[in-house]
Amino acid sequence: MHEHDNILLTEAVERYISGEMTPDERLQFENLRKADSEVDQMVVTHTMFLQKMNRYNEWQKFQVSLNEIHDDLATQGKIDSPALKGKAKIAYLFNKYKRVGSIAASIAGLTALLVSAILWSVTPKTQRAQLDLLNRNIHNLANKSRQQDQEIYNLKNNQSTTSIVKPAINYSSGGTGFIIDSKGLLVTNAHVIQNAQNIAVANAAGDEYEAKVVYTDPVRDIAVLRIIDKNFKSLPPVPYGFTKKTAEMAEPLFTLGYPREDIVYNEGYLSSKTGFNGDTLSCQIEIAANRGTSGSPILNNEGDVIGILNSRQKDQEGVAFFIRSRNLYTILNEVKEKEKTDAAIQNVKLNTRSSIANLNRQQQAKKIQDYVFMVKVN
Amino acid sequence: MKDTILEQEILLLKGLARNDRKASEEIYKQNYNLIQALVVNNNGTADDARDIFQESMVVLFEKARSGTFELNCQIKTYLYSVAKRLWLKKLQQQNRFTEEWNDSGMQVRVDDDIEVHEQKDQEFNLMHQSIQNLGEPCKSLLEAFYFKKKSMQEIAESFGYTNSENAKTQKYKCLMRLKKLFFSQYTKKEP
Repeated sequence: MHEHDNILLTEAVERYISGEMTPDERLQFENLRKADSEVDQMVVTHTMFLQKMNRYNEWQKFQVSLNEIHDDLATQGKIDSPALKGKAKIAYLFNKYKRVGSIAASIAGLTALLVSAILWSVTPKTQRAQLDLLNRNIHNLANKSRQQDQEIYNLKNNQSTTSIVKPAINYSSGGTGFIIDSKGLLVTNAHVIQNAQNIAVANAAGDEYEAKVVYTDPVRDIAVLRIIDKNFKSLPPVPYGFTKKTAEMAEPLFTLGYPREDIVYNEGYLSSKTGFNGDTLSCQIEIAANRGTSGSPILNNEGDVIGILNSRQKDQEGVAFFIRSRNLYTILNEVKEKEKTDAAIQNVKLNTRSSIANLNRQQQAKKIQDYVFMVKVN
Repeated sequence: MKDTILEQEILLLKGLARNDRKASEEIYKQNYNLIQALVVNNNGTADDARDIFQESMVVLFEKARSGTFELNCQIKTYLYSVAKRLWLKKLQQQNRFTEEWNDSGMQVRVDDDIEVHEQKDQEFNLMHQSIQNLGEPCKSLLEAFYFKKKSMQEIAESFGYTNSENAKTQKYKCLMRLKKLFFSQYTKKEP
């Protein structure tokens, strides 16, 4: 009963504050306040709290509108902001036009043209059991084709604007990774960083950070990386959640990854609950997967990560597999076992609740893109 | 001539206080390049400039809403002064302080406003954290009621409660949890 009174009282306080009371009610309520100090106290604290909530809401709306204004003005050339090139331009178009699908399709077309001229590390899909044995050979093969690609690339592109290989560092693009802990822990595919000497990750803005491998699991094809760069500042809390649930057949899914130098959005659907050759660790997804998107997050409409993209069947266009998020929990426990002395690792907890469930797809993509990184290896 | 400029500024500030997009856009357009130059000429990137400018806009927004903006200086001067202080602070935090400071020397006193802003900013982050930590359905429920101003009836329907009374009870419990989350941190912050 006591709680019921409190609910009524809270409601009264809110109507009182917002001025919805009739003059009579108001008078009664004010008398009640005078007579009962507890009620009076409640009105004061509740008013204060509502003001704080209100201000929070106002600020949030204001900040959203500032970002929109910035992008608009920069695109119209009314301010000298260099922000809108490449990925920002794409993100802007996404927000500007609601026809995401067709844009994504045209980007995919463009990518296909670009990809042929750009080099990517690629590990052919093999049976898992043989993977370990074949590591070396695959790597050598990949290296060879990498060199050839490099030569072709150099021959073809004398006037290219996007130089993939920066001579100073000499990284080549490996794949995609995404943040699982805002202090700088990422996951990607094990095959992306296999035999890597050095690893760097670059965000959508192009900032590059040095990273090292914390853990790798070739069977599940998952690796955990940590950013060890002094320039890296912790990100705000991770927006997406990690769900242990399996996606349903035909459930719409989307991904952000780096098939090329800029981040690219793609969408598709779950086509089978099992992976290659009936593998139960993974599921099959119908999506325009490109080389370089290995390690991208696969998300559902709620903004929950349901898996990690890992491979494409060579002979079928648009068929890809992803490793289910469930495995991330298992792997994180294994990492914690291994790194007993590392307090930062011990404190890592996967976010279970997406904070972007109620946003539309454009807003979700915008929020997520800061957490998806290109993984570069050499 | 001076009068009309002043009138324009007052109109802009009034618009800004209402979160009117046209006014914000106008202020943005008129001042962004100047602030960007200030940041970029002093060790910053274009992204830093964007952050600093937008934070300065928030300070101006609060100032406009509190009605204490005395028009003894132009919006431009005010924004510039705020941005300069914020950027200096940021440089100091990152130990990237430069001796040679390239700027045009426009300056009004903004220390008090920045102090107020920082306090509010902390509160804002705390509220954000608290709301994020609420979990569902509490988070969406409170947002629907307090931010999107949906009626309890609408909320009951969209969340699937059998009637608005149940939704109300749930909302109350959520609000209590949010308050608890918020104030447990909030009081710790008080010296």
